[in-house]
Order: sequence, then structure tokens, then C-alpha cells
Amino acid sequence: MTGAATDVVRRALLALTLPVVLVATWWFATAGSTSFYWPPLADIATAFTETWTGERIAADVLPSLVRLTTGLAIAIVLGVAGGLLIGSSRVLRAVLEPPMELLRAIPPPVLVPVIMLFAGIGDGMKVAVIASGCVWPVLLNTVEGVRGVDPVLRETARSYRLGGARRVRVLLLRAASPQIMAGARQALAIGVILMVISEMFAATNGLGFTIVQFQRSFAIPQMWSGVILLGLIGVALSLLFKLVERRVLGWYHGLRAAQRKA
Amino acid sequence: MSASTPTLEAATAPPRSSSPPAPPVRRTRRPVPNAVLGTAGLLGFLLLLELVPRLGIVNPAYLPPFSEMVRALVTQAGDAVFWEALSATLRGWALGLAIALAAGVVVGVVLGSSTFLREATATTVEFLRPIPSVALIPVVVLLFGSSMTSTLLLVVYASFWQVLVQVVYGVQDIDPVAHETARSYRLSTWRRIRTVVWPTVMPYAMTGFRLAAAVALILEITGELIIGSPGLGRIIALAQSAGAVENMYALVLVTGLIGVAVNLLARAVERRALHWHPSIRGAAS
Amino acid sequence: MTVHSTIEKSAAGASGGPGPVALDVVGMGKTYAGSGAAVEAVRDLTFAVRPGELVCIVGPSGCGKTTLLRCIAGLMSPTVGEVVLEGRRVDGPPEGMAVVFQEYGRSLFPWLTVSQNVELPLKDKKGIGKARRRELVAEALEAVGLAHAGEQYPWQLSGGMQQRVAIARAVAYEPKVLLMDEPFAAVDAQTRADLEDLVRSLWHRLGVTVLFVTHDIDESVYLGERVIILSSSPTVVLEDVVIDLPDDRDQLTTRSEARFAELRTHVYERIQEAKRGHRPAAAG
Repeated sequence: MTGAATDVVRRALLALTLPVVLVATWWFATAGSTSFYWPPLADIATAFTETWTGERIAADVLPSLVRLTTGLAIAIVLGVAGGLLIGSSRVLRAVLEPPMELLRAIPPPVLVPVIMLFAGIGDGMKVAVIASGCVWPVLLNTVEGVRGVDPVLRETARSYRLGGARRVRVLLLRAASPQIMAGARQALAIGVILMVISEMFAATNGLGFTIVQFQRSFAIPQMWSGVILLGLIGVALSLLFKLVERRVLGWYHGLRAAQRKA
Repeated sequence: MSASTPTLEAATAPPRSSSPPAPPVRRTRRPVPNAVLGTAGLLGFLLLLELVPRLGIVNPAYLPPFSEMVRALVTQAGDAVFWEALSATLRGWALGLAIALAAGVVVGVVLGSSTFLREATATTVEFLRPIPSVALIPVVVLLFGSSMTSTLLLVVYASFWQVLVQVVYGVQDIDPVAHETARSYRLSTWRRIRTVVWPTVMPYAMTGFRLAAAVALILEITGELIIGSPGLGRIIALAQSAGAVENMYALVLVTGLIGVAVNLLARAVERRALHWHPSIRGAAS
Repeated sequence: MTVHSTIEKSAAGASGGPGPVALDVVGMGKTYAGSGAAVEAVRDLTFAVRPGELVCIVGPSGCGKTTLLRCIAGLMSPTVGEVVLEGRRVDGPPEGMAVVFQEYGRSLFPWLTVSQNVELPLKDKKGIGKARRRELVAEALEAVGLAHAGEQYPWQLSGGMQQRVAIARAVAYEPKVLLMDEPFAAVDAQTRADLEDLVRSLWHRLGVTVLFVTHDIDESVYLGERVIILSSSPTVVLEDVVIDLPDDRDQLTTRSEARFAELRTHVYERIQEAKRGHRPAAAG
């Protein structure tokens, strides 16, 4: 009982000490700072609450997040659907492999100027940039996942005459879900990058736009607060993703653990 | 950026005999080899890129035909600006990747070999890792302007985590028995690292290298595009603002080819590393 | 139908005599066309299984047992000859058939619970409502002794229990013919004996036709009413042996009977011959 309690305390200390020390160091090291670039963390904190609590949430934060989620959703739907199709056919896979290898190797940021040609600088451009950058990891991972479905499981499904939608839903999608989730995780990271830089490159609102505006107008504490907000959003999205993954892939982690024990 | 990068290389393996498509027709057709199909796919893709604008399906002002892109590339290849940009991109990528690799391996081995250090840093790593490196753009611009250093910092920050996480996994994976054996024979620390630690960690580090190589290229181009540090990204942005659409597409194509080369190189390096340690293959990817 | 009468009839059925036939394999052969030379795995197989019979197929390792079973299951088409299930030629997985694979761990869906695994095939079967599905699942799990494990995942169970789940899934499907492909090859000896008795008792209760492929001679004699001995590849039928042991079988008493030993020795000798490459003159 007390053993368990001390263990909890120990873990909490281990988990929290370093972050607290780091933040405290930042706080005190910059406390009396007169450096233009490194304002006191206290000032940044004040700027944070002033900048990111009012109308900016609706004006900048929400539009960014909406673009990100829309683009990601499109990428995941297209990537999974295309991956199911391509992964199910050897011929399709062999034909499309070289062009797909080329397209996915193009660093996604260069899509920004390309897609601007077609879609201008509005929301559509940003969503298109995010979707077309994020679709490749999802697509290629889904292809791998579908190709890797255990042949015994395939035969089981065939011998019980599972067909059509049920086969896709119960067999292919679930069997490929570990790879699909791995692809989605890559897509999420790429999506955040694309969200920010498409707004930095050409936009009239959004997080990336606003933070660059702060930097250009030398509103340094505000800029720092924006950088911190972006960081927090990255961390929050990654936690959210872990939560989803734990639900979707619970069986997979259990299976892996059971196999390791055996 | 992720745990695994998909590969299509295994697609060249013959279909498993246990799951044939069971053709209703009872004659045996020899399948078309994958290399032929792949070449056809690539040629078809390029043909599409040529015909779609020529037939007016897409406005050629937005998407010039493939032959125009090639012509623009040939013209640019006669210009020193192109080669300077290309070499700046490659140098920035390689330098950033090398720093990230060295730092990731050293920090990873240190953190991985001590339970205390690992637990003490876990939350910090978990917090810092998902911070999008592009969030640092305003900071580095403020500190270093549009110099190569700015982009280098982004590259190092983004690819460092890829290496670090893999190396920490790798160190944890070291067989405790091998470790104890090495200790009981009183091997020196250096020899222990060489004979026990390194062989186990190496494949993980190579997986980290493969992931980091792709991420580093993305951030290198991002920095050039957004910050304006020298490199292909910057001349893409210049071509875009000058309305030189063919030039822009030609350069985009070049970045794609660099990407393909980086992926092939990283996979080849990783395969070499995994070759003599095949048991890691599944766990590391 | 009583089981005893089946045994008597099967003596005639072994050579393809008159009477109802559940499964008919006629002149079946399979040649694999590889990139190099073609490989003839199965040359000429002909046998019939009567409704409600339990037939074991045994042969030396690598004798094309699995190829035969996959052709019967409709997972593969034979190069020559045909497989007829209840008067209808098999050209894909037929409706009234369930297969239990050797690789139990890989044939269960790891993302579905035990109950969901058993229920899944029923969802695409016509004319079964939700309530009836539940009933069938519960009955099948009860029958294999896993009524308590429905909410668990397959990978939480031992190997033998996983194979029971696969059997429950096949039973709940209410097949006319149950194919079993070396189902107990990968479980330990004690579990294996339990599972053999489970198959016998399920077969008695359900009156289903069972075709049981195995490489274990004792198992084939203990389980079967008939044992079909295959030659080595390219495969032909070496002998069709009627197992005239009492219907009520028991791991201890049956296996210690003199007749069991005789049959076992006989099958064993034929398999040894097959390994040496002996084949019937006609099939040479």
C-alpha cells in the first residue's frame, strides 16, 4: 500500500521535475531581461493570455484547425480508399508504384506554390495543400497493410463467403489498421507543417499568418506566445491521436504482447 | 514524424502460392513482370502530364506540358544559379542530418542506458517531440535572418527526434544477458559499447536515419521556401512570384527526384545495416 | 440415420457404390504452373463421402493433402477432374461447407472477440435473424466448452482453446460438410486428445459430414469411419480402409484394442510403402 503510494510519488517527481526545472530556468534567466529577442517569460505569459483568449480564437486559431482537419480527413478518406484498391491488385500496384514513389518523394512544402496556381490563396488552397501532402503516407501505408493481410485469414474469409462491404470492413480495413494508423500519424505531422507554412506563405488569417505578422512587426512577446501556442497544439494533437490509436488498435497491442510472451 | 515509412519494394516478390486468385479459366497465363508494368506506369504518368495540358483538360498556364518542364529544366541547367541552389540544398540537408544523427545517437545512448535518466526525461521528450519544427521559423528568422543557419536549425530540430527515439528503443532492446556476460568478463566500457551496445543499436539507428533523411529534406526545402535561405526552395518561390510556371514545375520535379534518391539511399543504407542483423527487422520498423 | 448402418454401408461406398453421396471427388488432379517446370502435385484422386460420414485422409508428408483440401473447399480449382458437393460442382467456396484450418492463431480475426468471430460468417448467411444468430453462437460455444470465453479476444486464449473457437465457428455455420485441415497438428498431445473426442462428439450430435485431413496415423484410425490413404506426390488414392471399430470410442480403451493396433499397423505399413514411392500399377 505505502509501497505503491511512494512509487506513484516517485513517478510523479520523475515526470515533472525536469519540465518544471526547464520552465523555471527560462523564467528566472529571462526575468530581468532587457534583450529585445528574449523577453522575460513573464511578459510572454501575459502576452499569451492577452493574445490568445479573445477574438483571435475565432479569427485565427479555429480557421487553422478547420483547414487542418478538413485536409487531413480528405487525405485519409482518399488514401484509404485508394490504398484498398491498389493493395488488392498486383498489377495496379506494379503499374502505379513508380509514379507514386515519385509523387510522394516530392517534399510537400513545394506543393504550396504549385497549388496556389490552381486554387489562389484562399481556404481551398490550404485544404488542397494539406490533403495532397498528407495523402501519400496514408495511401502507401494502406497499400502495404492490405498486401500484408494474413493469407490464412483471407482464405478463412473466402471459405465463409464473406463478400463485398463486409469483407472490406471486417477483413481488409481492420487488418490494415495498424499500417493505416502509422500512415495517419505521419500525415498528421506533415499536415501541421503544411497548415503553418501555407499560412505563412500566403494568407490573410490563421496561426502561421499571425505569428509571422508578429515577427515582422517586432511584437516579440506576442510572437513567442504564438510559437508556444503552436507547440501546445502539436502536443495536444499528438495526445488526441494516441487516444484514438489506443481505441482503434487495442487488439493489435494485445496481440503483439501475447506473441512476445509466447 | 512517424514510426514507419511504407515501402513498395516487396511488391516485386511473387504472389504467395497459398493465396492464388483462383482463375475460373483453366489455362495458365504467364504474369507480366513487375518491371514492365512499372515502366509502363511511369511512362503513362508522364504521358498524362503531357496530354492533360495539351488537350486543354487543365489550363497550360497552370500546368505546362511535361516537355515544357523538361525544356525549362534544360535551360536552367545551363545557369549557375540552379547548380548553386542544388548544392546549397544538398549541403544543408546533409549537414543537418549529420548533426541530428550524431546528437541523436549520443543522447539516445545516454538516455537509453539509464532507467533514471529515461524516466526523468520522458515527459520532456514527449512534449518537445510533437512541437512542429515550423513553429520555430519566426524565432530563427529573428535570430539569424534568412541565412543557412536558420534552415539548418529547423532541419536539425526536426530530424533529431527521429533518431533519438529509435536509438532509445534500441538501447532498451539490448539483451540483458549479453550485457551481464560482457560485464562478468570485465570488458572495458569501450569494448562493451563496441561488442554489445552498438550491434544492437545500429539497426535502430539506421531506421532513425531513414526516417530522419526524409524529414530533413522536407524541412530543408521548407526553410528555403519560407525563410528564403539559399537553395532550391528559394528559387522555386522566386519562379512562382515571377510567374515562371515551367521553371517552377521543373524545379519541383528536381526536388521530387532528390526525394526519390534520398529514399533509395536511406533504404539501401538501412538494408545493409539490417542485413547482418535480420532479427531486428520486424521490431525496428 | 444411425451410425452403425453408416459403417456397414461405407464398406460398399468406399469403392464408389450406389447410394446417396455428400461429396464426390472425380478424377481430380492439380498441376502447379511455376515460372520454371510445371509441378504435378495431385495426379488422379477419386473417392466419395456419404452424408454423415467421418472420413480421414492420411498420407506421407508433402503428399498433396492440403492441395486436395483446398480444391474441395473451392479455394483453388483443380487442373483436371472435378469436385461435386451435393450434386453441385464446386467452383468457389460452396455454401454448405466450413473449413477449420491448421493455423488456428491466424484463422481467427484478432480484432474480434470470440463471440464476434463465431457470429461473423452467420451475418452473410441468408435467413438468419439476429436472435437466431445469438442462439447459434451461444450453442456452439457451449458445445466446445467455451461458453464463458465469448467476450475475450482469441489471443487471450491458449492454442487449444483458439482451435475450439475455430471449431465453434464452423459448427455455428451449420455446414453440410466440415473440412478439417490438420487441425490439431500444432497443439500439445493432451489438448489434442481432448479435441479429438470433441470432434467425435460433435459429429455424433450434429450428424454432419466430416472430412478430416491429418498426417497422424493414430489420429486417423481413432477418429475415422474410413481412412483414405494417399500416395506420395503426384498423389493418387493408395487404399480406402474401413475402420470397423465400435462407434463408441475412448482414448484409453479404443487405443488399447487389438483391432485398433491391427488397423494402425496396416495404415502405417501402407504409408511406409508410399514413402518408398510405391503406387498402384494403374496410376503409375
